[in-house]
Amino acid sequence: MFEELWAILASTIRVTTPLLFAALGGLYSERSGVVNIALEGKMLVGAFAAAAVALATHSPWLGAAAGAGAGALAGVAYALFVIRWRADQIVAGTAINFLAIGLPPFLCKVLYDSTGGTPSLALSDRFTFEPVALVALALLLTWFWMRRSRSGLWVQFAGEHPQALDAAGVGVNRTRWMAVLMGGVLAGVGGATLSISLSSSFTREMSAGRGFMALAALILGKWRPLPTAAACVLFGLADAMQIRLQGVKLGGGAPIPTQFIQILPYVVTILVLAGVVGQSRAPKALGLSFRKA
Amino acid sequence: MRNLTGKFVVLSLFAALLGSASAQAALKVGLVLDRGGKDDKSFNEAAYKGSLRAQKEMGLELKVVEATDTNAFEPLLRTFAQRGYDLIIGVGFAQAEAVKKVSAQFPDRKFAIVDSEVPGANVRSMMFEEHEGSYLVGAIAALTSKTAKVGFIGGMDIPLIRRFQMGYEAGARKVNPKVEVESNYIGVTASAWNNPPKAKELAVSQYNKGADVVFAAAGASNLGLFDAAEERKKLAIGVDSNQNWIKPGFVLTSMLKRVDVAVFETIREASGGKLEAGTRRYGLANEGVDYALDSFNQKVLTEDVLKKVNVLKAEIIAGKITVPDYYKRNAKN
Repeated sequence: MFEELWAILASTIRVTTPLLFAALGGLYSERSGVVNIALEGKMLVGAFAAAAVALATHSPWLGAAAGAGAGALAGVAYALFVIRWRADQIVAGTAINFLAIGLPPFLCKVLYDSTGGTPSLALSDRFTFEPVALVALALLLTWFWMRRSRSGLWVQFAGEHPQALDAAGVGVNRTRWMAVLMGGVLAGVGGATLSISLSSSFTREMSAGRGFMALAALILGKWRPLPTAAACVLFGLADAMQIRLQGVKLGGGAPIPTQFIQILPYVVTILVLAGVVGQSRAPKALGLSFRKA
Repeated sequence: MRNLTGKFVVLSLFAALLGSASAQAALKVGLVLDRGGKDDKSFNEAAYKGSLRAQKEMGLELKVVEATDTNAFEPLLRTFAQRGYDLIIGVGFAQAEAVKKVSAQFPDRKFAIVDSEVPGANVRSMMFEEHEGSYLVGAIAALTSKTAKVGFIGGMDIPLIRRFQMGYEAGARKVNPKVEVESNYIGVTASAWNNPPKAKELAVSQYNKGADVVFAAAGASNLGLFDAAEERKKLAIGVDSNQNWIKPGFVLTSMLKRVDVAVFETIREASGGKLEAGTRRYGLANEGVDYALDSFNQKVLTEDVLKKVNVLKAEIIAGKITVPDYYKRNAKN
């Protein structure tokens, strides 16, 4: 019994880690007023860069740094479009996601002559528990920064009332740039977790919808660090339970259909969003580009 | 077969006589791969290799495309048909509807599909007896297991994968009636085939519960199982292509599905002008499915196990053992 609980806990922590990285990345960006549906794409490029660099340098730390860099680079591309050129944020985000589906397999073909993914990393070149410690640190820093620091306040104002921030003499778009880059870094490390900790290589489309789950967790957590983390843990727990509930037989002896069990995380999302948390209010200026009057 | 080769030789001579015209007469083959892509180290890679071999031996004009989502199959197939490709092959059950529709619209083109039966006077269906191969690797798993617990991981909970699971369980029970088989599925969307982290999580859960051999039929997600086996020092069984090399010493064997052979043969028949419509089945008897033995797994797959499994194999081929087939069970209900 104790062992079983421990297994579920360990599984929850593992599944939650990449999700929480991505959700925190989304938090920075969205609190500053920039929608971030490109989390999925940023995770993918992060996963690829991390696996490729860890493979070349035999260092998961450098790999994770490369994942952060790739995420930031995707953030730069995104910010150029939506902040500099004021493109529609949903459209530009979708474009980044598509780019991230195609670009890594292309680079894999160039580097390793295989469109399927990167070669496998040796055990010693992979992370084990380090990402968990990193994500906990990122969560605490984010929480502290948002509450206590001046720049944390700026980001919140950029998302709630950009005109007020501008009137106070702080550049709204510069603040948003920083937030989007930070978001890219965290989502990229989240992707790195997938490729150099939770598996041993980058494979195509391996993020498998986790960026969107992170976005749901962000909404569920009302765009606040600790509730968002709680939402990620909830999803992680639902996923871990889901694994163990498959094949469990009901009283009559017939197993519960797998499909029912597999929708568990999504049902949890809908129920919690619809009823338990009450109204979840987005930052007021979310999705609106800012032009100095 | 001899007749076919004869025709082929005649055709080649004819082509040679025509000289430069032979380039134009080269068979145009279009291959539409499933989402995993040509380097998935598994199912699609096998199909791709089969077509490459045909190209090398027969000098055909080959074009390979990958679908990025399930809605892309139909336009890809149609584009090949419109551009005058003689043989258009859809790889994977997900293309069944698209092949059915497009083949009806282009009756003068030949179509072929892997893993699904599509009716039509111009369609060849390639079906594999996955349950037979799975039965053998199930027996290998149970014979090798020290805990009498083995695992199965499927990509999606669909009839095709249930067929693997049912054969696997039957094979395991045949050699050890008391064996426990734990089964899990990865997901409900097509991303289930590209989700190694989730497959690893499922495998770790099964190893934690005492299983020491796990078989996965999950496309590119299989890589996650191999990672789990390596970390926990347990055994895994691969699928479709020979995956023994991916983690030598941790992959007990692979359930081979010779999609490469089927694709090659289909192209060869088409290039001889003799491709008949209907279903061709690939089972143990014609080496369409099998288990893999090579230098990468000969240390983990013991002589004793091999001996017993080869007896089972011979009995299945001779018809003495009937392997339960999920497809047929469904038809009865």
